[in-house]
Amino acid sequence: MRDELERILNRVQKPARYTGGEYNETVKDKSDVDLRVAFCFPDTYEIGMSNLGLQILYGAINEEPKMWCERCFAPWGDMEEELRRANIPLYALESGDPIGEFDAIAFSLGYEMAYTSVLNMLDLAGLPVRSADRAGLTPLVFAGGTSCINPEPMADFVDLFVLGEGEELDLEVLRLLRYAKSENWDKRRFLRAAADIKGVYVPSLYEPEYNEDGTLRRVECLDGAPERVTKRIIEDMDSAYFPTKAIVPSTEIVHDRVVLELFRGCVRGCRFCQAGFAYRPVRRHGTGYLLDKAKRALESSGYEEITLSSLSTSDFKGLPELTDGLLEWCEPRKISLSLPSLRADNFSMGLMERVQKVRKSGLTFAPEAGSQRLRDVINKNVTEEALLNSCRIAFEGGWNTLKLYFMLGLPTETDEDVVSIARLAEKVLHTWREHAVNKARGVKITVSTSMFVPKPHTPFQWEAQVGVEEYLRRVHLLKDSINSRSIVYNWHEPHVSLIEAALSRGDRRMGAVIEEVWRQGGRLDSWTDYFGFSRWIAAFDACGLRADFYANRVRGDDEIFPWDVISVGVTKSYLARERAAAYRGEITPDCRVKCMGCGASCLLERRKCDE
Amino acid sequence: MSRILFKKEGRAKFISHLDLMRTMQRAFIRAKVPIKHTEGFNPHPYMVFALPLPVGTESVCELMDFKLAEDLPLDTVPALLNRALPEGIEVTEAYEETYKFKDIKWLDIEADLFYDSKDTDEGGLLRLLTGDKLVMEKKTKRSTATVDVRPLIAACDVKRADEGVLTLRVRLAVGDPALSPAQLISAIGQNAPFFAPDFARFRRLELYDKDFHVFR
Repeated sequence: MRDELERILNRVQKPARYTGGEYNETVKDKSDVDLRVAFCFPDTYEIGMSNLGLQILYGAINEEPKMWCERCFAPWGDMEEELRRANIPLYALESGDPIGEFDAIAFSLGYEMAYTSVLNMLDLAGLPVRSADRAGLTPLVFAGGTSCINPEPMADFVDLFVLGEGEELDLEVLRLLRYAKSENWDKRRFLRAAADIKGVYVPSLYEPEYNEDGTLRRVECLDGAPERVTKRIIEDMDSAYFPTKAIVPSTEIVHDRVVLELFRGCVRGCRFCQAGFAYRPVRRHGTGYLLDKAKRALESSGYEEITLSSLSTSDFKGLPELTDGLLEWCEPRKISLSLPSLRADNFSMGLMERVQKVRKSGLTFAPEAGSQRLRDVINKNVTEEALLNSCRIAFEGGWNTLKLYFMLGLPTETDEDVVSIARLAEKVLHTWREHAVNKARGVKITVSTSMFVPKPHTPFQWEAQVGVEEYLRRVHLLKDSINSRSIVYNWHEPHVSLIEAALSRGDRRMGAVIEEVWRQGGRLDSWTDYFGFSRWIAAFDACGLRADFYANRVRGDDEIFPWDVISVGVTKSYLARERAAAYRGEITPDCRVKCMGCGASCLLERRKCDE
Repeated sequence: MSRILFKKEGRAKFISHLDLMRTMQRAFIRAKVPIKHTEGFNPHPYMVFALPLPVGTESVCELMDFKLAEDLPLDTVPALLNRALPEGIEVTEAYEETYKFKDIKWLDIEADLFYDSKDTDEGGLLRLLTGDKLVMEKKTKRSTATVDVRPLIAACDVKRADEGVLTLRVRLAVGDPALSPAQLISAIGQNAPFFAPDFARFRRLELYDKDFHVFR
């Protein structure tokens, strides 16, 4: 370790997040490696190391002979200041080598508010932030992750995007890069060749044109680049890479436990939910496979907690067998099992008892909307009766804290819908009074609301987000409607949601805004310590753009969207049909009841959905 | 009660005490060396460390006590644990304890003192630390007291390691009253600002009882 860096680490907060050296990290002999990859997460170590995608792709790339994938995270402000003052370029944790000298820099972009940190990390690495200003083939800067399904806001900075699941795709890109390097290709030649890999989007091969009103007129594909880029999926989940030797951080992270991924995709089709459409079709792991991997992951990590991960865990076929099998193994070893993402409708006593066996954690339900009418609009097919029934079971089982999540500003929402949230919380409280086993301990029901953010590739991608003032009016309406001291109300700050809405449906011109925000000091924008709303608004002004054009405008039915170039399988016409059904207040049955032909099954070649 | 002697060096020196407890707990599970848990509402593995090690300080003499939950030969434990520990933490011995941690009275440390823009002579610093008195303003949790910390230094040696680098080997009191390495540096700065280093790197070398016998 450099003396200079050692001194810095003695001064900054939580230095262990900047050192590497954790158990199970991969270290390779540099002389036996011909392609070096920096897997960059544009947020802190604690957030990034909690990301299952990082652990999967890190492991998958490192299985490839002669490739070495290392990690790099965004430094907190104190560390950034020290690195800049000492002129130490951003380095990878495993080797301590500057990532600017690597062959590839891969960013995981899970959420929009991390965009400014990408620029900051490139700058800290000593690289120009704009793709066009990086002339050489290496380091190739590429990105993947959920928010890349609208890649356009980051198109100016990223050389290529990998869309969908990366286990196979990332390796295809990296192998091509290795070949290109050995053949001395220039960057342009490599990018053109990479664009032929299914799932790769090379923004420099696409040129947007705009109408006078600021909407997109057309996108020209250059040099024969494909007109649409379809995301990649892993068809056979059990044959893909599964991280059983995940890195175990030496310092506490956000999700400090084994994460067992059950399945990808979701059968539900909640109309607001981007993941519910973007991750289709549904593909699952086998129950026996999961039991085996869970044991191996627990043994190799030493973790004392395992959590089941998916978009809707209670929809996993064979969940009772899985939880029974896990508990049989976990209980004698004092390992606790947690089950997030339970739906309020099929929450059963049996399931609850299984979880409770080791440790009783908090319960959270997300009805999302207060009235049945609005829940039908968003296709959150949970009834009040089912929710209250689940609450009754929980209270009878001894739970006395419950969290309820809602969104404000959903399409068609009225004041009556807002007040319904308070009424629903009161009914939950009433249920507690009727069924609590120990009333002396009291009850705490927490109601949280956030501002709805319309997302690309969902039925609400045409919708306007409500304004900040209007959201706050609804917040106060709800606040004034809650009359019990046992019900606590928290609401999320709306300004971040406004910027998130603008970024998520932004076009390529948004790149200038992101760069301006970064130049004015923006980074780590998902942290309230760092987010500066006025900085964002000033940047929009400086770039001659308006946040409300992107966030608060209802799109025309035939409008061309910046993300139309990307296909996630689900078709635009299906999304339009779902939107129309929303306005009629009609629910769509889940995929297991009836296939509605969303289009995602076209991604499967050898099997059917949900098999 | 069983005891391990271990090192914490290199990158691992930045693992905090709280994180070290978690790291050890997981390493025991990975190594399949089961340890007893505490009784009570929220059982956790029983582990006791001799002297918490400050973040950034290396050590070759850390001690930790635990109780094995299964009959396992103790001499196999170091190898089992070392396969399960992160880089920089290495168990060198495992044995049944005879002496209690409260009997640890002295600690040898090595300190590299860096002077960025000047050279210094080792003699001056040695004279300062081996004089009759070393009076300093010592901060405690509640107040600041003026104390002579010279009795808390049992032995001292200074060598010039390089230009602008002095290496100090010093035996410091632990327990109550104690003189921590950081306090020692502060005492140097208060008494002779010229010898206040720009950076100090510490390493624990050995533990002793009141009679200066090596503590195990």
